[in-house]
Amino acid sequence: MARMKFLCDAERCIECNSCVTACKNENEVPWGVNRRRVVVLGDGEPGEKSISVACMHCTDAPCAAVCPVDCFYTTDDGIVLHDKDLCIGCGYCFYACPFGAPQYPQQQAFGVRGKMDKCTFCAGGPLADNSDAEYTKYGRNRISEGKLPLCAEMCATKALIAGDGDTIADIYRERVLQRGTRPQTWGWETAYPTG
Amino acid sequence: MATHKITTGRVRSKRVRQMTQTLALVLVCAMVLPLTGYLFPETQSVTAQAQQATGDANQRSEFWRVVREGGAGYSSVVSSVANPETNTLYNITGQNWRQIRNGLIANYGGWFLFGVVIAIVLFYALRGRIDLTEPESGERVQRWGFWERSLHWYTASLFIALTVTGLSLLFGRALLIPLLGPEGFSFWAGLSINIHNTLGPFFVLGPILMFIFWVRHNLPTAVDVAWFFKGGGIIGKAHPSAGKLNGGEKVWFWIVILLGVGAVSFSGFALIGWVQEYFGVEFTRSYAQYMHILHSVSALLWIAVFFGHVYIGTIGSEGSLDAMTRGHVSKEWAKQHHDLWYDEVKDAEESSASPASSSETESTA
Ligand code: HEM
Ligand code: SF4
Ligand code: SF4
Repeated sequence: MARMKFLCDAERCIECNSCVTACKNENEVPWGVNRRRVVVLGDGEPGEKSISVACMHCTDAPCAAVCPVDCFYTTDDGIVLHDKDLCIGCGYCFYACPFGAPQYPQQQAFGVRGKMDKCTFCAGGPLADNSDAEYTKYGRNRISEGKLPLCAEMCATKALIAGDGDTIADIYRERVLQRGTRPQTWGWETAYPTG
Repeated sequence: MATHKITTGRVRSKRVRQMTQTLALVLVCAMVLPLTGYLFPETQSVTAQAQQATGDANQRSEFWRVVREGGAGYSSVVSSVANPETNTLYNITGQNWRQIRNGLIANYGGWFLFGVVIAIVLFYALRGRIDLTEPESGERVQRWGFWERSLHWYTASLFIALTVTGLSLLFGRALLIPLLGPEGFSFWAGLSINIHNTLGPFFVLGPILMFIFWVRHNLPTAVDVAWFFKGGGIIGKAHPSAGKLNGGEKVWFWIVILLGVGAVSFSGFALIGWVQEYFGVEFTRSYAQYMHILHSVSALLWIAVFFGHVYIGTIGSEGSLDAMTRGHVSKEWAKQHHDLWYDEVKDAEESSASPASSSETESTA
């Protein structure tokens, strides 16, 4: 069984924001929400690095641990999803997530939060696979069609790679060996502390 | 004709002038505005922070250390409405908050409240009700007016609503999902959070008005200290002296004001969306986590003391509930629990000598 992970190679990411755009378009995410973002570290200075980040689909997910209505579940592929029909928009998953993944659509009157939205690894949600209802609430379910997340598929430099953890770790290791850099599997020690 | 041509020509040259000026302004802004970054040296880049921390040798690992500890970068993506932390890759404070919320608050906090209830039940079993030592003669003493009782029950009913809804959010996952099922509980939790966040701001009015109207009854005196040393008449069989309010009641009053308003209501307000908007606070994760911990820890402590308050006002002490429901108490209750206050009332009644004075008497049927 695959254990799906994201890996962003900071030596390759050029901050083109294609992943952000691809995700926004493929999943028709709610207004005001961007499930993926690119953060530039040391912008404009020598040694500048860019990293694309979204939900990392953590092994022992903090969001799931604090949710008062217990609406998260982890698929057989290790993808962390949630049920918007149960979510009450309390914001606790946002407090707990190390990567700033959970977001809320445009605030309603009196600053009330809507239902939480986050990256689904293009795996939809708990509704019937590829149904209209699933698409409207969670976006495209590419995983059920045997495809990988569109953000990684779109990445021109292949900085952002998605897929089975062992496979993408091998790809990355090979790169590191060839170019003689030190490995920097950004975010992995937080998201996947037990491997 | 000629004049017309001249005017259009003027208009055209004016337009050209405006356009060149605008262009120049845009160019100047484009060159100058980025420099304003130098005005704010505190918004340091990750690389600068890493350089400061070590020499150049370890800079690369330092770079990632700074990032891991929440060093901010730059993101052109405007993520989520009103999320000031889009530029931050990592915020590992959430892990600590998770531990505190699920461990200290939801787990130990639950056992703590359960323990308090057990302690009260045990106390009742051992000590029993504090009975009146003299039989009631039927003579009554006025204690709280209609307005004061309204204020008390306004505050109490909202307190209970906030406690039930707040505790549902905190313990519902463990206790209510098995009972109501995921859909049922989600419905109740959604209702709870909305009731809680709507009634909260109305609730605070109660303690604030109580402070204004009742603070004069609640200033501590030497009598209160002696009252505590004698166990308050709750522990043991002594009948220590007390004025209108005894030491224990004054402590409850100050808990309501300091813990209730100062900690619970303050942090509750701080977590509400429209309050944040109004005061323009940056809703960062650390802010939310601190306020949430302050709110739930202080709320649990307050609820624990509240249980004690309810016990002593109902089954714990004979005749006490009358004071807040009917507004008057028996003469015997007044003499036994608040002798100094009873004397005051009697003195006032005798000196004014009119029958319809502050302590109206009535016979119980
Ligand atoms: C001024 C009054 C109050 C306000 C404005 C207020 C507001 C809030 C808010 C905003 C939350 C967090 C919900 C969220 O994060 O979206 C909350 C949670 C909570 N409140 Fe209050 N509250 C107030 C009074 C009380 C009182 C009187 C109690 C009980 C004595 C209480 C107990 C709780 C509890 C137990 C939680 C849940 C914490 C958790 O689930 O981890 N609150 N309150
Ligand atoms: S990255 Fe955040 S939202 Fe995604 S699984 Fe981890 S804690 Fe949950
Ligand atoms: S916002 Fe929704 S998903 Fe997140 S913790 Fe609250 S109820 Fe759960």
